[in-house]
Amino acid sequence: MARRHVSTRVNGEPVEFLCEPHQTLLDVLRDELQLTGTKEGCGTGDCGACSVMLDGRLICSCLALAAEVEGAEVRTVEGIASGNELHPLQRHFLEEAALQCGICTPGFLVAAKALLDGNPDPTEREVRFALAGNLCRCTGYDKIIRAVLDSAAELRGEA
Amino acid sequence: MLRLPPFTYHQPREIDAALRIVADHGPEAMFVAGGTDLYPNMKRRQQVPSQVVSLGGITELHGISGDPASGLRIGAMTSLTELEENAALAAAYPGFAEAVASISTPLLRNMGSIGGNLLLDTRCNYYDQTEEWREGINYCMKCEGEICWVAPSSPRCWAVQSSDSVPILMAMGAEVILRSPDGERRIPLLDLYQDDGIQFTTKKPGELLTALLLPAQDGWQSSYLKLRRRGSFDFPVLGVGVYLRMDGAKIAELRIHIGGIGSIAHAASDSAAALIGTVPDRESIRAAAKAAFKPTRAMDNTDHGAAWRKKMAPIFVSRAIEAALARNS
Repeated sequence: MARRHVSTRVNGEPVEFLCEPHQTLLDVLRDELQLTGTKEGCGTGDCGACSVMLDGRLICSCLALAAEVEGAEVRTVEGIASGNELHPLQRHFLEEAALQCGICTPGFLVAAKALLDGNPDPTEREVRFALAGNLCRCTGYDKIIRAVLDSAAELRGEA
Repeated sequence: MLRLPPFTYHQPREIDAALRIVADHGPEAMFVAGGTDLYPNMKRRQQVPSQVVSLGGITELHGISGDPASGLRIGAMTSLTELEENAALAAAYPGFAEAVASISTPLLRNMGSIGGNLLLDTRCNYYDQTEEWREGINYCMKCEGEICWVAPSSPRCWAVQSSDSVPILMAMGAEVILRSPDGERRIPLLDLYQDDGIQFTTKKPGELLTALLLPAQDGWQSSYLKLRRRGSFDFPVLGVGVYLRMDGAKIAELRIHIGGIGSIAHAASDSAAALIGTVPDRESIRAAAKAAFKPTRAMDNTDHGAAWRKKMAPIFVSRAIEAALARNS
């Protein structure tokens, strides 16, 4: 089957790659572009470990075809920090121990960033519903929710 | 790890081009909208089209037109998030908006389309499993096998209608447009579905669902109530859509459909008939809702126990009616 040539932008940088039609965006990010921050969990859209932003929308990269990102803007967990300086979300996740094994963490960070980009002052309920598609089997969610709310407060200049 | 099987990918820009590709390849070809239902099924080898025809690039299938006073036309590729965020839609059709907002998670509502949700594959604990799992039980009649594992003596498949939008849209009397190379037909949703886990729609091979048509909103009220394990994420294992219109203090018209508990979203006609023409109160609503017990067909093929889900049906019917009435006052 003919490989497709795709030109896109990943975390602001122009990127080109070749892919098979049946390769997902997740396959290409991890295996072709060596951006292994994005994780594979269930592969069927239940767990959110593969969360990325595609043209500003939060999606599961395990269910998007790589061939579909031609001309699009992809943002992954690697694009959240500014150089060596962690994003407030990343810092609060660390400081408040909002992770244990860490496999869900990149997805949570991307999903939380997507939420705060559109809603800088979410209620706890809004955070819980916005992160409903991201599963964590270790922390019990409470620390994650608190880390997101504290990050939001810091980004608003309140902490 | 689950991987997609190889396929040829088509990205047409026009509806006619998409229809031609599917007509040329027959059952080997499938349309894909958001991919949130088809791709997991392909990864589990429940569906393995060799030709996948993307609808994402067809502009004509996107967007909402019209107004609630005369009815809305919603393109099949309109995303569930776009519908959820449409304030005018939520004000005019609150039951439909509620149903859409309750579908899956933000991630999948960003990807999933209304057309895909209307044609969501029926679900079953014996079907929504990996290839290896299904091979281990020698498959089931919905895919590659001969038997229904939830009802082994049954000649038919009992996979469950699991779309949240369908029960409320059936109650609303919504319609869809189906297009094929031979032309277009406009049919009520009531005629799109049939009571079978495998052949759950009457859509013909090669036909494309292009749009959903919502009725003019003149004095109707609606609600949707869903039973699921988690409050923010899960398929319905019972979903009640209620659509009603008052005449003063009396209920003039009432339609109720129950999804997530059978292969089709059944009408609870006896419950509706008992209340039409009456001034409803809590007692009469509860009494009428009891009639919703009988038409529900709960099997042990979803989350939660079948007997409990069936027992919950009348309770959810009465609560959904009360919610629609509360909106009316």
